[in-house]
Amino acid sequence: MKKILHILRRKNAEAKPYWEDFTYETTDEGATVATALASTPVVWEHSCLQRRCGACAMVINKTPALACNTRLSEISTDVIQLEPLRKFPVIEDLLVDRSVMMQNLRRLSVWLEEEARTGSEGMAFEAARCLQCGLCLEVCPNFAAGGAFAGMAAMAPMSRLIARLSEGERKRIARAYQKGVYSGCGKSLACRDICPAQLPIEELLVRSNAACVWKRWKTAGSFTSVGD
Amino acid sequence: MNTKTMAVNIIGAGLAGLSAARAFAQEGVGVRLISFQPSERAQSNLAEGGINAALDVMGEQDTVQEHFLDTMKGGCDLADPNMVWNLTQAAVGLVKDMDRLGVPFHREQGQIIQRNFGGQKKKRTAYAKSSTGKMLMAALIDAVRRYEAAGLVERYPHHRFERLIVKNGKVAGAVIYDRFRKEKISLSGAVLMACGGMNGLFAGETTGTTANAADAQAALFAQGIEFSNLEFLQYHPTTVAITGKRLLISEAARGEGGRLFYYEEGATDRKKVYFLEEKYGERGNLMPRDVISREMTMLGKQVYLDLTGLSRETWAVRLSDLREEILHYLGVDPARESVPVSPGIHYFMGGILVDEQHRTNLPGLYAAGECACAYHGANRLGGNSLLGAIFGGRKTALSMMTDGCCAEEDEENSEEAHFAEGSSEADQCGEEDWAEDNCEEENQVRGTITQILMEGMAPLRDQKTIEAALKKLDALTEASRASGRLKHTLLLARAFLLSALERRESRGAHTRLDYPKTDAALKKNTIVCCADGQIRLSYREIPVLRAQAEDG
Ligand SMILES: Cc1cc2nc3c(=O)[nH]c(=O)nc-3n(C[C@H](O)[C@H](O)[C@H](O)COP(=O)(O)OP(=O)(O)OC[C@H]3O[C@@H](n4cnc5c(N)ncnc54)[C@H](O)[C@@H]3O)c2cc1C
Ligand code: SF4
Ligand code: FES
Repeated sequence: MKKILHILRRKNAEAKPYWEDFTYETTDEGATVATALASTPVVWEHSCLQRRCGACAMVINKTPALACNTRLSEISTDVIQLEPLRKFPVIEDLLVDRSVMMQNLRRLSVWLEEEARTGSEGMAFEAARCLQCGLCLEVCPNFAAGGAFAGMAAMAPMSRLIARLSEGERKRIARAYQKGVYSGCGKSLACRDICPAQLPIEELLVRSNAACVWKRWKTAGSFTSVGD
Repeated sequence: MNTKTMAVNIIGAGLAGLSAARAFAQEGVGVRLISFQPSERAQSNLAEGGINAALDVMGEQDTVQEHFLDTMKGGCDLADPNMVWNLTQAAVGLVKDMDRLGVPFHREQGQIIQRNFGGQKKKRTAYAKSSTGKMLMAALIDAVRRYEAAGLVERYPHHRFERLIVKNGKVAGAVIYDRFRKEKISLSGAVLMACGGMNGLFAGETTGTTANAADAQAALFAQGIEFSNLEFLQYHPTTVAITGKRLLISEAARGEGGRLFYYEEGATDRKKVYFLEEKYGERGNLMPRDVISREMTMLGKQVYLDLTGLSRETWAVRLSDLREEILHYLGVDPARESVPVSPGIHYFMGGILVDEQHRTNLPGLYAAGECACAYHGANRLGGNSLLGAIFGGRKTALSMMTDGCCAEEDEENSEEAHFAEGSSEADQCGEEDWAEDNCEEENQVRGTITQILMEGMAPLRDQKTIEAALKKLDALTEASRASGRLKHTLLLARAFLLSALERRESRGAHTRLDYPKTDAALKKNTIVCCADGQIRLSYREIPVLRAQAEDG
């Protein structure tokens, strides 16, 4: 199989972007965009190579995806166009700065201050699978870096807390959730379809809304989705 | 509380780094948490099968003493028994602590349930399906975030460690490189290394992450830091080559009833031989990893992992994520068909030499987690390294505080000093060393180092194969106009081969075909150290278990 990687490169944030092509040939049926990129001098972020760390998010043929989760054999075109994510500042080539995601979680006080209660393991498990890859933010019509709305990338870690927190912490988290997630979410659910971890985003959202907005905290316990 | 007191630099933000940062912050001590990538990308997130602690919840009368003995035995008596004692003693409390942070451990009727793991007779491994590492990380990341917001933990999440600053025989700080702003930063203060395993020396051949490039370890080695037991490299029995790496099939699969077999040759009915059960009895499939990998390699036949006997409930409740992963990567439904597997590099028992307090041979430098040689001797038991990382990080923080590493900095040193790019005399490395690591020539040399090490550090070794690898490495070293970083990597690779060459016995993960027996006289740790570009090798006795430790 032979593919041409058509990559939008730039030396740094200020430099003028330019396109460069690299040919990649392989007999490996399992080869991914990540495998191909590894053979180029292009700068990109990678770590696990098995869709478990969220590092390699980029725009592949105009669709945001994980490079290591996109098989070359499943791309119908011979030319594969690669661009950095657009919602985050570019550092170099396909490497972007997603620090805003960490900042949002700090701003929304995403942590426990008291002991977690037991129960709702299912919801906590699914929520904690979030990779912090940022693909959901990339496709969200309502997310902009620097805005009040922190998107599904904040909803998921918050719903981990919502599943497990003790009564004393409800107010703090509910307030942060309303401010950072609920009030900004337009329910387009574009995030649900793009999420490479296939988080049960809709159910997490419904349960978290029920708890934080409608004060129905018990609903987290009856979580049913299994994410695969 | 003076939150500006930042005299500690933690390098690495996996489980060990996070656990250390949290322990410092809990005492009100401010730290810098420096990592190549944010915590969500660290290898700790990949850990699957679980974490060990003698919780004694499975009605088997498990005890801390047995956890201690299993760990010592699994490590073929090369671990410091006092350290293993501390580790196993603390395990129950640490798992409960993680539970309080909201880790969704598998429970039935409200009670944590534990599973079988290799090399342990009792069900001692707490888990969350096959995603235990990810669940522990999510909880610890949140816990540390609280201290970030309070100003006690300052994150440097896209920064690469370059080298130590040493003054008067003591660590005075570290030079790091900001990958985003593309500049060097010199930080003062003590240094705690928590930078994971040395995957980069075996690029594409490990189950772990590409981000643990081993460059930090190579730099330390070149600066004279002592390393230990590099010959003990863990080959995990059940891995599969996929594009760019080896995919781990967690030991949990065997803990839940999976069996290894091969097909008898010539037999028309393709008879399955469950060779481990034949040789070791009922628990054959759960022998320690060194034993199983050695059996598989000696066998020289394709081995399969048979998971077809696992119950529906097991798949649904305990291993749904593993099944999905195997299906995705191998196109095989493990509930119906057996999976071809082979041993692959998974863990480094060797690493930076530390004492019981996690001190290295350089005052002011400490190490914890997989980068440190601690707890696991000649072979690590599954489920003990998540524990070792969480415990080690915490233990190190406590001993650094005891040692007074976190005293307020001198006025003149308290500001970050930014080196001008490539101009400081303290920086002897060339400009090319600081860029994103993707230079073609360098990648080629690194690829060759991997090839050489794969030959010399193969699961079965002898003098000839190791010497042949050393010769190739020497030739490569001479041929390449190696830059600073690459030179250090070549040195570290050499230390691996020398350690393997000089240990003339078979023990744990180190199997010498020319010395198949364990030599009681070699119940010692290998120490390697670099001085003036020369590698020195020596052996050190294993401390004896102190009576007070035995009493608890
Ligand atoms: C697939 C897989 C499954 C596993 N399953 C289990 C299991 O079930 N149970 C178990 O006990 N163990 C398991 N392990 C082993 C265990 O996950 C690791 O040993 C452990 O997580 C190591 O933690 P750590 O904090 O030491 O290192 P890591 O989590 O590897 O973190 C290293 C940190 O150092 C940073 N770093 C590296 N180099 C540099 C540099 N030059 N500069 C700055 N930062 C740097 C990285 O960015 C990262 O933040 C598994 C390992 C793998 C690969
Ligand atoms: S919710 Fe899904 S898409 Fe969004 S950051 Fe998490 S894993 Fe990525
Ligand atoms: S490299 Fe980890 S998700 Fe692609």
